[in-house]
Order: sequence, then C-alpha cells, then structure tokens
Amino acid sequence: MLQISKIRKTFGELHAVNNVTLNIPSGQMVGVIGRSGAGKSTLLRLINRLADPTSGTISFDGTNVTELKGRDLRLWRASCAMIFQQFNLIERMDVLSNVLVGRIAHHDFVSSMLRQYTDEERALAIRALDRVGMVQQALQRAGTLSGGQQQRVAIAKALVQNPKILLADEPIASLDPANATRVMDSLRTINQNDGITVLVNLHTLDTARKYCDRIIAMRAGEVRFNGAAHELSNDLVRDIYGEAGLETGIDESVTSTSIEEASSSNDNQQIA
Amino acid sequence: MLWRNCVIMTSLSPPLSVIDQFEVEYAQTRKSARRVQIISTVIFAIVFYVTASIGGFFDMTEVTLDNGDRVSMWKIWAGLPRLGEYIYKTLPILRWDSLFADIGEWFWRWKVWLRLLIETILIAYMATILGVIGAFLLSFPASRNLTPNKWVFQLSRRYLEIIRTVPELVWALIFVFCFGVGPMAGVLAIGLHATGALGKLYSEVNENIDMRPVEGVKASGGNWFEQIRYGVVPQVIPNIISYTFLRFEINVRSSSIIGYVGAGGLGQEIREAMSLQEYTDLSALFIIILFTVGIIDFVSERLRHRIIGISGKG
Repeated sequence: MLQISKIRKTFGELHAVNNVTLNIPSGQMVGVIGRSGAGKSTLLRLINRLADPTSGTISFDGTNVTELKGRDLRLWRASCAMIFQQFNLIERMDVLSNVLVGRIAHHDFVSSMLRQYTDEERALAIRALDRVGMVQQALQRAGTLSGGQQQRVAIAKALVQNPKILLADEPIASLDPANATRVMDSLRTINQNDGITVLVNLHTLDTARKYCDRIIAMRAGEVRFNGAAHELSNDLVRDIYGEAGLETGIDESVTSTSIEEASSSNDNQQIA
Repeated sequence: MLWRNCVIMTSLSPPLSVIDQFEVEYAQTRKSARRVQIISTVIFAIVFYVTASIGGFFDMTEVTLDNGDRVSMWKIWAGLPRLGEYIYKTLPILRWDSLFADIGEWFWRWKVWLRLLIETILIAYMATILGVIGAFLLSFPASRNLTPNKWVFQLSRRYLEIIRTVPELVWALIFVFCFGVGPMAGVLAIGLHATGALGKLYSEVNENIDMRPVEGVKASGGNWFEQIRYGVVPQVIPNIISYTFLRFEINVRSSSIIGYVGAGGLGQEIREAMSLQEYTDLSALFIIILFTVGIIDFVSERLRHRIIGISGKG
C-alpha cells in the first residue's frame, strides 16, 4: 500500500503539488489525468524521490519513503521503476546494456564502473526484453530504435529492477497510436500478471478509461477526482480541463491515441 | 470557425493600419540597429589605435639610407628588412654538385637531434596522458549540471583555472628548480597545463549533454558515479577523444620549445644554437619541428574526424 499524505511541492510561488493525500492499494492500475502543468509529473517524481517534497510524507508498506537517504534511497528508486515520456535511455549504448542499468542499484562501485554483470542478470534482462518483444534488437544501439521500441526497452529495464511499483510519466505522449497501444498493453499485462502497482500519467482521457481500474484527476496541484473510471462525469471532465474557451465539450476522440477505439467511440461519446 | 473569426476581425479594423504600424516599427528597429553598428565600429577603431600606439607601432627611428642621408621613419618599416636578413643568415649553403655532403653538414648533429626529437614526442605523449587523467576526473565536478555541490564545483573550477593560467614555461621553470634539468620537469609542466586546458574543454562538453539519460540512471537507483558512468560518459567520449588528440598536437609544439628552460626535448638545442649564433642549426631544427608537427597534425586530424563519426560504446 502506497500512502501519500498531505504532500506538497512548491517551486518558488508555484504550488506544483498542493496538499495531496492518496492511498493506493497494491496491484492497482491507476491513471493520473489532468492538463499540462496540473502536477501529474511532479507527483510521480515525488514518489520516486527524483524530487523532494516541501512537506508531507509518502510511505510504502510502513516505510517512510520521504526520509530515505543514500543506499536505501537508491534501493527505493530501484523498487519503484520509472518510465519517461522521452524514454531517457542511453542512446549510445546497446539495448541490453540499457536494460542492465536496471540492476545498477545492486552493484558495488567497481563492477558497475566496469559494467560487469552476472549471467543471471543478463538472463533476466533477455527475458524482460522477450516479454516486450525486443530480443532481436538486444545488441542494437538504443538510439537507432524507433520511439515505440525505445519505450519498450525502457519497460524491460523497469522490469529487471523487480519493482513493486511502476511509475509511467506520459509514456505514450510521444508515440504513434500503434505503439501507444502496444506500450499500454504491456503496462496492463505487467500489472495483471506480476501484480505490480502501476501509476500512469496520461493526457488522453479515453486511454485512462480503457486501461485503468481507477482514475485520479488533478488540477492546479490538487486532486479533483479519485475513483473508478465510470464515475468520471462530463461535468468533472470540464472542471479538470477547465475548457473555458471551448464552445463544444471535450471530444475524447480528438485527443485519442488508441487505434480501435478512435472510430467506434466517435458516435456515442461526442458531447455537443 | 477560425475562418469566420478572421473575416470578422479584418472587417472591423482597417486592414492597412497593422501593416503601417509594422512599417514604422521596422524602420525604427533598422535605425537603432544601424546606430549600434556605427558606434561599435568607432569604439573598436579607437581601441585598436590606442593599443597600437601603446604597443609602439607608431614609434619613429632614425635610419641611414644608402646615399648617406639620415631619415626618420616608422620602426616597423625600418625593422622589416632585418627579418629577411635574419632568415637569410639561417639558410645553409647548398651546392648542386655536393648536395648530399652539404645537407649532411647542415644536419651535422642529427644523432643528437633525433634522440631529442624522440624525447620531445615522449614528453608530449606522457604529458597528454597525465592531462587526460586529471582533466577527465575533474571535468565532472567542474560541470555546472553535474557537480554534486557548489563547493566542489568552485574548487575544481578554480583549480583548473589556476593551473591553466600559469604558462607552461613558468611551470617548467618551477619544476626544473624542484626536480632538476631533464624531461621530467617538462612532462609535469605540460601535463599540468594540459590538465587545466582539457578540463575546461571537457567540462564544456559535459555541460552540453542531454540530461535525460542521467535522469534515467538516477531513477533506476544509480549513484552519482553511476549516473556519470552511464548517463554522461557514453555521450561525451567521442568529443573527449577528439579534444585529446588536438591537445597532443599542441603539446608536441610546447614540448619542442620547453627545453629552452632546461625541461627536456629539442628546445635546449634551439637555445644553444641561438646563443652560439649557429644560424644554420636553427633552420635545421626549425625544419625538424615543422615536419614532426605537420605529420602529427595530419595523422591526429584524420583520427579525430574518424572518431567523431564512430559510434562510441562507452
């Protein structure tokens, strides 16, 4: 169970995350939605401790994550793997080496500097690459892959971290619909088969509805909605996205990145 | 929708006024740009004139012409012919019928010179390696985007600055005083200066990297060293190798002169030839250095261009 209580993060005058309290039971797939700048990314970075909170605490299974330091902090980061919009791979290294970076927190100084990994670790990495269908590209430089392939490598890297939580920060925002679907399918498979809690930031509503057990909607650093996908009403959507300038409502098919749904949902979801 | 808005907008306001306003603003921008241009040209001209006169470029000197007249003329015109005179003095006498013997005479100390040439290159080689080690290790704390904290940043930056500001010849004098005459002083002097110069270049390379891989490593639980090793080094290695070759070229030039103060290499022969007024020795040494530096420049440039294209495996 991931418990976030009264967490706050300010950048100067800006309250990026403002007094957020959430409980996320293990094994859930949670979509975090909201417009750009709503604080979704900051929330995920606070959980992984890439950013430190101004106040408030995050705890996981009784451990206070916000107080971790040094090696404990690095092990925590390894156990809540993060996936980024821009993949954040080492483009000049091959795919296998990139995946093995997921083991880095468990290495001593010398072996990590010399890039020495055990056979078990390599086997683990190859199995992870197999799960995302990227074994054939294992020795190719990561920078030569397409965006969708790079994101799948990033997922394989997350898998070898043996994470308890998977944090995905806009994982499909830079991908075409086919690859977006593939990446979201992998995230759901990982969630269902491995029982890993998945927190995914999305800016497309229909993707969140389709894949997530639960939706958290943020606006201006605050949580405005926290519940099942079907409970999210049009009025709430209007509130979250604050579409003052739009004459019609928000057409989910316009922002959609999924393939199958885009055409079929067109008729029944248009809000006029 | 958008199209309709456009029509309304243009019909409400006279279409010319926006363009007219643009024309006025454009003319103003042009005018002020030209003013800045004129003022800066004048300032540069004045500064150039002042520095030239402080540098003695407008000093006059008395010269006796061929017909015995004494005239006053600018030093630079009076002195230029003497440059040719000096070069002429260094030229050896080469006759066609005894060409090989004459060349042999010209390079009469070739055994000593060859030994010293090898010493010169080895000084440059070892100094470059010392410089690379020091600069590589210090360049990461000396990069604004990578430094663990601002104290380490300031310390490593200032250290690199100091060791590169002191010229190699001054370091060489200090080290000759400490360790005596010989190539060791030269290696240390050039190595120290190279550390400072390379450290600056490396850290600039580091500051221009893409930080996303670094964040990716950090998010997986990598510590500072691992973030550098995996996130930074693969990105910067081609540039680092390229700058290192460039530095080796510069170091060969430095090590060929550093013997002037007793720190090993060909420089000591240059000093001797100058003080003994062995003018033809000077031209022989000059040719040796020119050829060596030329060959090393050529080879290292080709290598550099290949490495820039090569994929780094980190």
